[in-house]
Amino acid sequence: MPDRITVRVQSGRFDLGEEMARLRQFAGVGAVVTFTGVCRDEGGRLAALELEHYPGMAESEIARIATEAATRWPLIAVTVIHRIGKIAVGDDIVLVATASSHRDAAFAAAGFVMDFLKTSAPFWKKEHPAEGKPGEWVEAHIDDDRAARKWR
Amino acid sequence: MKLVYFAWVRERIGRPGEEVSLPADVTTAGDLLAWLRRRGPEYEHALAEPRAIRIAVDRLHAKPDTPLAGASEVALFPPMTGG
Repeated sequence: MPDRITVRVQSGRFDLGEEMARLRQFAGVGAVVTFTGVCRDEGGRLAALELEHYPGMAESEIARIATEAATRWPLIAVTVIHRIGKIAVGDDIVLVATASSHRDAAFAAAGFVMDFLKTSAPFWKKEHPAEGKPGEWVEAHIDDDRAARKWR
Repeated sequence: MKLVYFAWVRERIGRPGEEVSLPADVTTAGDLLAWLRRRGPEYEHALAEPRAIRIAVDRLHAKPDTPLAGASEVALFPPMTGG
């Protein structure tokens, strides 16, 4: 199983089609769920987000979360890609893809990985406003903590 | 011991990290936070609200009572906002 957990932290874009094609080739796959997180413009206020991470720990935390998902659900493969650096409004930030024989496990595991990624993978977002200088760090949401707690 | 800082903790302290020698009575992650706060106004500014600071010891999430014995790298950072 661990060799089918793919974790990448990268500045470049990812190709959803390519990642999907890689997952569907594994024997027994009958369901692939993909989640893509996209940079919002917050009502026109933002031009971009800048993503900072803790090298080493970001990757190991995501791998730990994906491994935990694989112990809870019968997954065949998991891919998580998180981008870093400056990401323009409309661009992709994160991909979580889960492959299983049936949809229930794939849906649930994708939600689980995303919820824990938000609260325990060491990434931080800084806002680049549409007008003016780089601004504030995005604050953590209490709703994200609640979302992660529901799995306990 | 190596300390590393991220996001606004890094900006407020004014450096990405540093090497420190801990006094003998600093034995936990919580002790380290309290000790750092006394090192100067920039540390006080960054760490004034200990509950807003997350700590990782050797790249694993830690709590204030996590022991530091044998640790080589401690990271201090705000609540995470990835995804």
